[in-house]
Amino acid sequence: MKTLVLVEHDNATLKDATLPVVTAAAKLGEVHLLVAGKGCAAVAEQATKIAGVGKVHLADDAALEHQLPENIAPLIVDLMGHHDAFLAPATTTGKNIAPRVAALLDVMQLSDIISVDGPDTFTRPIYAGNAIAQVKTSDTKLVITVRGTAFEKAASEGGSASVEAVSGASDAGSARFVSAEVAASERPELTSAKIIVSGGRGVGSGENYKALIEPLADKLGAAVGASRAAVDAGFVPNDYQVGQTGKIVAPEVYVAVGISGAIQHLAGMKDSKTIIAINKDEDAPIFQVADIGLVGDLFQIVPELTSKL
Amino acid sequence: MKILVPVKRVLDYNLKPRVKADGSGVDLANVKLSMNPFDEIAVEEAIRLKEKGVATEIVAVSIGEAKSQETLRTALAMGADRAILVTHDGVAEPLAVAKLLKAIVDEEQPGLVILGKQAIDDDSNQTGQMLAALLGWAQGTFASKVEVEGETVNVTREVDGGLETVALKLPAIVTTDLRLNEPRYASLPNIMKAKSKPLAQKTPADYGVDMTPRIETLNVSEPPKRQAGIKVGSVDELVDKLKALGVA
Ligand SMILES: Cc1cc2nc3c(=O)[nH]c(=O)nc-3n(C[C@H](O)[C@H](O)[C@H](O)COP(=O)(O)OP(=O)(O)OC[C@H]3O[C@@H](n4cnc5c(N)ncnc54)[C@H](O)[C@@H]3O)c2cc1C
Ligand SMILES: Nc1ncnc2c1ncn2[C@@H]1O[C@H](COP(=O)(O)O)[C@@H](O)[C@H]1O
Repeated sequence: MKTLVLVEHDNATLKDATLPVVTAAAKLGEVHLLVAGKGCAAVAEQATKIAGVGKVHLADDAALEHQLPENIAPLIVDLMGHHDAFLAPATTTGKNIAPRVAALLDVMQLSDIISVDGPDTFTRPIYAGNAIAQVKTSDTKLVITVRGTAFEKAASEGGSASVEAVSGASDAGSARFVSAEVAASERPELTSAKIIVSGGRGVGSGENYKALIEPLADKLGAAVGASRAAVDAGFVPNDYQVGQTGKIVAPEVYVAVGISGAIQHLAGMKDSKTIIAINKDEDAPIFQVADIGLVGDLFQIVPELTSKL
Repeated sequence: MKILVPVKRVLDYNLKPRVKADGSGVDLANVKLSMNPFDEIAVEEAIRLKEKGVATEIVAVSIGEAKSQETLRTALAMGADRAILVTHDGVAEPLAVAKLLKAIVDEEQPGLVILGKQAIDDDSNQTGQMLAALLGWAQGTFASKVEVEGETVNVTREVDGGLETVALKLPAIVTTDLRLNEPRYASLPNIMKAKSKPLAQKTPADYGVDMTPRIETLNVSEPPKRQAGIKVGSVDELVDKLKALGVA
């Protein structure tokens, strides 16, 4: 089977989200990559070095600069003329593009797979991960999004693939990129961090979040996350949200501070290796999944913890 | 401008799904089913656009068993003007749903279709994007802000890195994220009024759409259970544990 993997990037650097998808694709067959963007030759160069990759398709065109699905999907459909499976990371970019490709190919998409069990059989979480379904598709072309935390990252060095230019991209003219507000942070990226400290509604305010959660995270070299309640209340921006509808994370250590542990939050972090919970309510559901719990007032515990580390 | 809002009936988000012992799926007998939370947000957004004078009519659509009528009545009670139920027992996959919605769009000619970004039962996150592809329309997924200006809709999207704004030519597809709005509750008088709003009943055959699933579910199981661990009594003990884990 020949697979085509969508490379996630910002036109300058290849993002780590790509690497677990390469691992999933390699379980199906030969791996080709697609780098679609504008002025993104450097990304293609990095892509050639990923271990196990046979070929890198490079589509460099102004219409592809912002990954608009209206422009990028037709290009992928063309390439699917000689590939059997298209795989994208289950990121907001992958989720935006892949179903559009699937519909144009008249196939169902397999969303957010966590294992490859056979050439047509996969496992995926449903109901916010409260149930796990094994599914078998009858479609002959596959379109798949891959949950990054469920597969090892392919090695980003060691490969020596060739680059092939892809032409024929065009602007569908129906959508235009206007602007992006991307939060710049010195901290590790949430989905690939080894340690995460997340704050919930119990933290109380954005000021408290800065004064308590961030110093603790910095002491631990951790990324910062949040519950939906903390995001909705405006303590932190939306890209901090962990959960069913936010980011799925599985760090070595996840520290939940002032988070009750609603199923939608657990959906995003319960595959973490060690979960630590700090909550004043000893009956909070988070303690049912926590490996280490400390019951008490976070306003006392967190500063003390930060100072003792 | 007419707005079409597809709404799905799903297990209520407050309930913990129970996996059936025979591994055939999640038990939906005798449990509360409600409108998918993202679809409530979609209905609310359509109503707000109508209140602003941008939209003239809101049509809610559901594909599912006959009981999905109740979900459509909820949409009507919130403020939708009329509803279409496409009755179908059994699985309705996103691709088949998108094909039915395309047929309805061809008939109704809406200027905007607002869907939820994902149904919280199958967690597919596909239908809106598929519908956009089938129609050849632009899509604004995971929307946290929607502004119609003349022939364009500006959609601010919640993306992994933060926020992104795109300008889409109308007609277009929007899928909702959680922070787009806070849906209203239907008032009692409006619930009463909704009972007499028009609800058309259709079948997939009326639209010539084949509902045969492409994906077969072989088995549904419970995820591995996490055991509750220990509780420590002090910050010092917690520091020791963190040291033992090698993170401090
Ligand atoms: C469709 C849908 C999707 C959703 N998706 C997500 C998602 O992706 N991610 C997500 O997180 N949520 C999601 N939610 C929301 C989810 O249901 C919960 O509402 C949310 O996770 C609650 O956040 P919280 O734990 O911070 O707040 P709360 O549930 O209010 O909990 C706050 C906790 O802080 C504790 N606390 C308060 N003060 C202190 C103190 N001084 N010291 C110590 N502890 C204290 C309290 O005991 C309590 O346990 C979703 C909901 C829906 C309907
Ligand atoms: N059976 C259905 N009836 C009506 N709308 C649906 C149906 N299935 C999906 N949708 C719409 O598509 C959105 C995304 O669903 P999904 O792609 O299944 O995650 C939902 O939030 C609904 O707006």
